Amino acid sequence: MLLNGVRKAAIATAGGSGAEEMERTMAVSLRESVQLVSDPRNLDASVEEVFQLMLGIACRRDPGPAVIEPESVTAVVGFGGLLSGACLFKSSSSAAIKIAAHMTGMEFDEVDDTVKDGIGEICNMLAGAWKGKVPDLAANCGLSIPAVITGRDYNLHVQAPEFKLNHCYRFEDAAFEVTIICDGLQ
Amino acid sequence: MTEIRTLIVDDSSVMRKIVERSLRQAGLDPLVVYEAGSGTEGLEVLKSKHVDLILSDINMPSMDGLEFLRQIRAQNLAPGVPVVMITTESSEEHVKQAIQAGAQGYIRKPFTAEQVKERVLSLLHAA
Repeated sequence: MLLNGVRKAAIATAGGSGAEEMERTMAVSLRESVQLVSDPRNLDASVEEVFQLMLGIACRRDPGPAVIEPESVTAVVGFGGLLSGACLFKSSSSAAIKIAAHMTGMEFDEVDDTVKDGIGEICNMLAGAWKGKVPDLAANCGLSIPAVITGRDYNLHVQAPEFKLNHCYRFEDAAFEVTIICDGLQ
Repeated sequence: MTEIRTLIVDDSSVMRKIVERSLRQAGLDPLVVYEAGSGTEGLEVLKSKHVDLILSDINMPSMDGLEFLRQIRAQNLAPGVPVVMITTESSEEHVKQAIQAGAQGYIRKPFTAEQVKERVLSLLHAA
């Protein structure tokens, strides 16, 4: 339900109007470049870029599944247009606090609105950087406003995605996951 | 030294702080910052404050950055003041839309303080 909401918002963002826009969109197809769109190296490069430039920290890809405490923070940014789906960023609350501290130079005791805002922005930049790696995707896929979920022991489920990338990363002693879910490709 | 009065429009308060920090790192001093969380709020600020520079996100709820830009021009607010868009959207089409709407500069997120300095200082010198 949440994913549907962010997806609708992303479609609205991507949606140009008029015959010219429709003609241009119809002329471009990502279906033939699915290998390029789903290249896992694009996600790694996007994470590295966002964390290095905005937080000044180097992340490393963790081959194993991230061990994330039950109390966690997830940000979701929807994709709409030629590709529909979402970018998800998930970390423990303590990792989210560390990330927000690096972003703002402030200290936090809990996941407050500023921390949620920061994690939403990280997810937004990851989604933008990822789609920016493929020019046709950058031009024909919109992003929704980030939504942030906090809580314990929850899962997000998407039925039969077209493709899914799920990578774990570490910085200092913190871990996080970034997931790209594509459930429609034109 | 003359103050540089800057309006930063972004729905993320964290991003507004990061942009402000980048401007300070770029050597813009003394700097006076006005913040707005949407295009609508940004227009209200411009009706009551004189600014030398506007930095705006594009993807925002309520009124997005492109409509904010169009409204600035339509209402003749801040004439001659340079506007720089700071956004995750980076395709040529998005840059073209921003320029058509009246932006003079474009910075893609994520960005470095050096990139902000380069874009902003050249616009301020030209203005």
